[in-house]
Amino acid sequence: MTARLFNALGGTFLAFFQYLGEVVLLAADTFRSIFTHKLRWKLFLNQIVEIGLLSQLVVVITGAFTGAVFSAQTFFQFNKIGMGSATGAVVSVAICRELGPVLTALMVAGRVGAAMSAEIGTMKVTEQIDALRALAVYPTDYLVVPRALARMVSMPLLVAECIAVGIAAGYLVAIFMLDINGTYYMANMVRWTRNRDIIMGLSKAFCFGILIVFISCQKGLSAREGAVGVGRATTEAVVNASLSVLICNFFLTMLLNIIYPAGYQ
Amino acid sequence: MITVRSLAKKIGQQEILRGVDLEVATGETLAIIGRSGGGKSVLLKHLVGLMEPDAGEIWIEGKNITGMNERELGAIRRKVGILFQGGALFDSMTVEENIAFPLREAGERNPNVLRAKVDEMLEVMEMEGEQAKMPESLSGGMKKRVGLARSIIRRPSCVLYDEPTSGLDPVVADSINRLIRRLQHRFGMTSIVVTHDMKSAFDVADRIAYLHEGRIYFYGTPDELQQSRDSLIQDFLLGRSDGQRGNRVES
Repeated sequence: MTARLFNALGGTFLAFFQYLGEVVLLAADTFRSIFTHKLRWKLFLNQIVEIGLLSQLVVVITGAFTGAVFSAQTFFQFNKIGMGSATGAVVSVAICRELGPVLTALMVAGRVGAAMSAEIGTMKVTEQIDALRALAVYPTDYLVVPRALARMVSMPLLVAECIAVGIAAGYLVAIFMLDINGTYYMANMVRWTRNRDIIMGLSKAFCFGILIVFISCQKGLSAREGAVGVGRATTEAVVNASLSVLICNFFLTMLLNIIYPAGYQ
Repeated sequence: MITVRSLAKKIGQQEILRGVDLEVATGETLAIIGRSGGGKSVLLKHLVGLMEPDAGEIWIEGKNITGMNERELGAIRRKVGILFQGGALFDSMTVEENIAFPLREAGERNPNVLRAKVDEMLEVMEMEGEQAKMPESLSGGMKKRVGLARSIIRRPSCVLYDEPTSGLDPVVADSINRLIRRLQHRFGMTSIVVTHDMKSAFDVADRIAYLHEGRIYFYGTPDELQQSRDSLIQDFLLGRSDGQRGNRVES
């Protein structure tokens, strides 16, 4: 009984570490390829459109309604102790440091991560990846590198957009619906929001982009068993990418807070 | 041109190949026949480095490809084209883009050169005017022709065919067989055809290898195969599922 339990736990741990190893090896292979082989610019630009341009609506809506509701909730609490005009500072710092990057990453993991793993997974089970290899085209160069670079470029821009829209939405709600004095709101916001808050948000965006692309591509490349396998790979890609974003966010916050400490200093 | 020595491969608990030895001369067409699930496609995929053997060696044009990494295999794969069972066309590309893909990847950017080469390939495949179609709107036979055009556009010295006539009606299957012969005559390519379609094997092959239980059970000319009195071979040739065993003669 005990031996079986240890066997089961050991098997799960081994599978987990094997999976982590595969993701890390794919990332290492991709970075090696980026620096040693020529980039397929057309594929890269296609991915910028697919990953960046076409994700904007989702990101803008996420940013706008998160900023709006966060502004309202902060005001409801702060107004009780006469600090309603501090709402702007709280909304701005929180969106820059946490809400903007995390929510954008979660939305992108759902939209783009799923599409990546489904597309690559379908290519895998229909022998298209074998065809690429047989035509002397290395799949990492052709499939992963353009996606990884496009994600590294577009993710910080999407998060910047989310932050800007979130802050603007929070401001509009505060001024027109909650009757906060606009001058105080802006003054507090500008006073408490520093460049380092924005840099922290964009750094997180870059890291989350890398996480999402490698987790999604690895799942697609290891898809098996036809349509069921592709469906499973897609679901696992979204779940794993979302969970890893949330877990890594905590560690990134603790690490980046040493480099870019929060607050007015 | 191609030499296989003691090739062995296990997938899961199942031994697929148990020591395959094979020799294919330049310009020759070899048909590998055998029952479905007997490891013919697995053997073919080893020849182009798509699968790694557990033991044994594969020599192509004097180079041992076993143990080569993906990038090193690139040079070999430019010499050996493969037609996959379902064509394995890139479904996001048109027929023209699929066929031109290897040339584009080799650095050819001139649209006139690309168009001319694609047109030439489509003429060889008897598929003129189909450039703009997407793979989903092609029949099984057309997909195989486009897949074949894509794999030979860079003029490899050898082409591997994985079940080129499976799932096709007899007329289309015959046209694919004629195509294989025409490519052999026109471009002098060495060909390895994996099939369980005996008509196809007799139509195209200079030599035939019968793969049975992971080993080459028979290797010889189509005439020698037909004249063989081995019961296992006779059962296979005549499509008998309840044939009499016990009269087996190793060839």
